[in-house]
Amino acid sequence: MSGKPTGATPLLRIKGVQKSFGSTHVLRGIDLDVARGEVVTIIGPSGGGKTTLLRCVNFLETYDRGSITIDGAEVGYRDGEARKRRTETDLARMRAETGMVFQLFNLFPHLTAAQNITLGLTRVRGLGRAEAGDKAMHWLKRVGLADKAGHLPSELSGGQQQRVGIARAVAMEPKILLLDEITSALDPELIGEVLDVVLSLAADGMTMLIVTHEIGFARDASHRIVFMAEGTVGAEAPPAEIFSPNQPNERLRSFLGRFSAAHRL
Amino acid sequence: MGYDLNFTLIWRHFDKLWSGLILSLELAILSIGIGIVIGLILAVIYVSGGRIARALIAAYVELIRNVPLILLVYLVFYGIPTVFDFAYDNTTSFVMTLSVYAGAYLVEVFRAGLDAVPKGLIDAGKAIGLTPWQRLVHVRLPTMLRMTLPALSNTFVSLFKDTSVASVIAVPELTYGAQWINFNTFRIMEVYLVVTGLYLVTGYAILLGLRALERRYSIGR
Repeated sequence: MSGKPTGATPLLRIKGVQKSFGSTHVLRGIDLDVARGEVVTIIGPSGGGKTTLLRCVNFLETYDRGSITIDGAEVGYRDGEARKRRTETDLARMRAETGMVFQLFNLFPHLTAAQNITLGLTRVRGLGRAEAGDKAMHWLKRVGLADKAGHLPSELSGGQQQRVGIARAVAMEPKILLLDEITSALDPELIGEVLDVVLSLAADGMTMLIVTHEIGFARDASHRIVFMAEGTVGAEAPPAEIFSPNQPNERLRSFLGRFSAAHRL
Repeated sequence: MGYDLNFTLIWRHFDKLWSGLILSLELAILSIGIGIVIGLILAVIYVSGGRIARALIAAYVELIRNVPLILLVYLVFYGIPTVFDFAYDNTTSFVMTLSVYAGAYLVEVFRAGLDAVPKGLIDAGKAIGLTPWQRLVHVRLPTMLRMTLPALSNTFVSLFKDTSVASVIAVPELTYGAQWINFNTFRIMEVYLVVTGLYLVTGYAILLGLRALERRYSIGR
């Protein structure tokens, strides 16, 4: 991955974040910074808290302790120590600044590909119909689906749906894009077309926090890789170090070992 | 079996059946329309409201579902005016009753539909920055309505048939027209055969229309 992330203060700053579901301690104090223009990928075994962490960043999940800030603004809570939950209007305004792409696409089934993109542009960004339509077409072209603008999600393949999902998120011009296992529900032959779109966004300098099981993709696309297991950050380094045969973290080595046995890395 | 079918007298009075059928349809459309408004509002309150609101709505639904429609019709037409000392005409009274009755069934359909909207779609609405109200209007309700179309078709046809209960308070709808012809001509088999045919054809036409809507709008998942 070329191109250096910029900015001294990180765009996204996660500090000491903890989260429990009932008696299960899912996040046990996570620290993670993402700089403007940086692509950070989180890998690790299932159930390690990767998706939960990602969902905390745009407050689809609440977190119990610690702090998450984007551009200096606390996500989800206000009044510092008092930790008051923000109003729904406030939350909506903040979420508009983070784009998210989901494992199961989650396209609005009653809207066409173009309408899926224009909904947020008109209702949240306040663009006029024509302007929103132009912008939707621009992004549909960018993900190679200009000819599918009028199609409903049910008329698209999984890979096409996910590319619309990406277009929907980036059209909002978010400060950071969150990608939650976006290829896990796809047939193997459709994964490439989706990852190509992500690579082209990275080349444009889009800040991204990615959770993926595509280890090869993580290696090629990321400035930095974070290994998460059992709710903690086990290792955090540029890909070359993570994949180094001298990697000191035992758990990471065995995790990667299982992968390289299955795929040739 | 010394009964000879003779439809002559039925055709002579067919205008009574025809105007009755039109009124039946009007009763159904009005009541379903008002019932949809009641159902939607209460379903939204149910899924987003507090315990007391839920309990009240549940009580309304259970009351209506467990009491025969004919009893409610009597209660509203004869009972309420006696207690509160006012009067309304029988058609208005029946539309009010059937609307409240339809509302109870539709709350259940819409409530279940709202619950069944995939959580991922609501997350997607949140993620692009929609407010709760915008998520309701642009994501939850349109998804829910498309998901509930098959259940709605059945409810609408049932409610159309239920308009026949209006005959007990002399609303001149289709069944009342049939009774009138029966009392005045004694051609009991003929009149009820014709009326059965009219209900069947109309009910089936409604169903076909709604099926067409389903094919057009239902969500293929």
